[in-house]
Amino acid sequence: MSIKVKALTKSLWAFHLATGSCNNCDIEILDLLTPRFDVERFGIVLVGSIRHADVLLVTGVVNKKIAPRLKKLYEQTSKPCLVVAVGACACGQGIFRGGYNTFVPVDNVIPVDVYVPGCPPKPEAMILGVVKAIEKVKSQK
Amino acid sequence: MSDKKKIRQTVIPIGPFHPLQEEPEFFKLFVDGETVTDIEINIGYNHRGIEKISEVKSFDQVTFLVERICGICSNSHPFAYCLAIEDLMGIEAPERTSFIRTVIAELERIHSHLLWLGLAGHFLGYNTVFMWAWKYREPVLDIFEAITGNRNHYAMNKLGGVRRDIIDDDIPAILKMVSELVPAMDMFKGAIIDDPVIHARLKGVGILTKKDAIAYAALGPVARASGFDVDIRRDEPYGAYDRVKWNVIVEQDGDVFAKAKVRILEIYESIKIINQCLKKMPKGPIDANIKEVPPGEGIGRIEAPRGECIHYVRSDGSNSPVRHKIRAPSFMSVPTAKASIVGQQVADASIILAAVDPCYCCTERMAVIDKKTNKQVLSAQDLVRMGQEKTRKLWKP
Amino acid sequence: MAKQLMFQIKDKLGDVVFQLEDKSAKRTFASIHKADLRQVAGVLHKDFKARFSIASGIDNVKNFELLYHFSFDDLGKIISIRTFVEKDDPVIDSLVPVIGPAAEWIEREIHELLGISFKGHPNLKRLLLADEWPEGKYPLRRDFKNE
Repeated sequence: MSIKVKALTKSLWAFHLATGSCNNCDIEILDLLTPRFDVERFGIVLVGSIRHADVLLVTGVVNKKIAPRLKKLYEQTSKPCLVVAVGACACGQGIFRGGYNTFVPVDNVIPVDVYVPGCPPKPEAMILGVVKAIEKVKSQK
Repeated sequence: MSDKKKIRQTVIPIGPFHPLQEEPEFFKLFVDGETVTDIEINIGYNHRGIEKISEVKSFDQVTFLVERICGICSNSHPFAYCLAIEDLMGIEAPERTSFIRTVIAELERIHSHLLWLGLAGHFLGYNTVFMWAWKYREPVLDIFEAITGNRNHYAMNKLGGVRRDIIDDDIPAILKMVSELVPAMDMFKGAIIDDPVIHARLKGVGILTKKDAIAYAALGPVARASGFDVDIRRDEPYGAYDRVKWNVIVEQDGDVFAKAKVRILEIYESIKIINQCLKKMPKGPIDANIKEVPPGEGIGRIEAPRGECIHYVRSDGSNSPVRHKIRAPSFMSVPTAKASIVGQQVADASIILAAVDPCYCCTERMAVIDKKTNKQVLSAQDLVRMGQEKTRKLWKP
Repeated sequence: MAKQLMFQIKDKLGDVVFQLEDKSAKRTFASIHKADLRQVAGVLHKDFKARFSIASGIDNVKNFELLYHFSFDDLGKIISIRTFVEKDDPVIDSLVPVIGPAAEWIEREIHELLGISFKGHPNLKRLLLADEWPEGKYPLRRDFKNE
């Protein structure tokens, strides 16, 4: 296993991106840091800069104003960078599909590794999503 | 060097994609040295065209649609929308419904204010406040899950009633969970309202005068902290608010401290309201069984955690709204940031903006940020760090 | 007390209100001509201390309809001022000079989503839609379909 991949499976630095969401998924992501779920004990940390990110947690429907920004931000990440689409909106635009400002789903703009459906997904589901992402990386050695 | 004093205008963007301001939003600050001289507020990243989508959904589906306008006040929009339809039809939902709706609405107020408290704590440099506030939010979400089946997006409101009942046998357990919030709130009250460091840090900071609050038609805690006494729960009672005893919290100073105090004290009032509603819960149906929405127009409004949330609906007798206008409270309150931040210190910028409690998704906030600047720019993290640093200097060694 | 208020308002405004509909104790709709908007808004806001809650625009196909919702918080009542704007001349006076900054974002939103112009607005630029959104396409108009 390369050093990069090994590092990924030990401690994940996550960057959170909201692309036009109701914010519920975003709050549940933040909730992961708080005492009840406390993902920092797994080594998962929310970072403030996309350049430090191992994992992108993306929420929201991706509307026209944000789509170019999303693409640019993904290009700034150092690879490998896992992308986790969190919530029904990120997975497939949910109830907002077809709206005049809803552009395309996340996976039409950037590649997605793991989909965590739910509206919003429970924090346990998000943790499971990240675990699956790690397993995916491990299995690709 | 020239004799003329040149005013350096430095641009500081706050957001989007700042980790602790979850929604993309763009405040562009212009500063001269340490003082903020102007602010440009750009929104639009969350705009999902919901009013138009509403026109192609059935009246029942719209309830689920508007719930997802905002995750924090996800009960407020369906509540206001249902009241708008009930106003259109000239009917009142059954009595038990009013009490249940009120309980859910007040639980939402508690969770929303606790959420804000946590964020404010972080901006000030009290990360333990952030952790505690969100830790004590969890039991509130547990109550939601017990009553409605979901921690968020509770889907309780429907046209003419509520979708689920609160089982009478569960009420003692809910009352107990609510009562356990009180010692936690006493702790926050002591840590914030009674703390001299917080006084020194927040009093006199980011003042919104009553005159400006009225000029901007500000709402919710932002208005009430400036002495602008508006609260829809008292002014145009809905739900069970006129059948229980509670107080509207109003402060006069209009500064960040006043805004924090209003929110903390409102949590106590919410606990009072929930207790009375659960104890006085009347028996009866929970659904008026609305089959069709006739032609007409209606306005529904409620006091969401951030202020008046108002929906206007027009129907032509078909199965979808002809027009659905939604105005969330932050739409009126966020522009007040301009009045309260100009002339203030840069180190206070992050807490002043946070004090407005912008629920961005409610207001479809998004900002265009494609302006490149050659001027020196501080990042959002820098701004938050400055705010935290300023607090640290006030702590005793 | 609400009845008394309505008498006082009707007294002050006179014939400017050409149709008055009391939908309920809490809701009244008053129709006026668009030329009288500033006068009416001024009376409600300045003389009667009403709070400007929101304005809603709607495309009626044959015209545009604007509703200005004023809240009388002391009475728990909304008076909605209804006025119409022609399809081929979608212009109306801005309320910013009369009401203040409260009207700024409200009018900007109606402008970009419905294509109505507000004369005298200090900054009638886009609020929600991206810069790249094409000119002349107004999402809330009837002839605009979601793609």
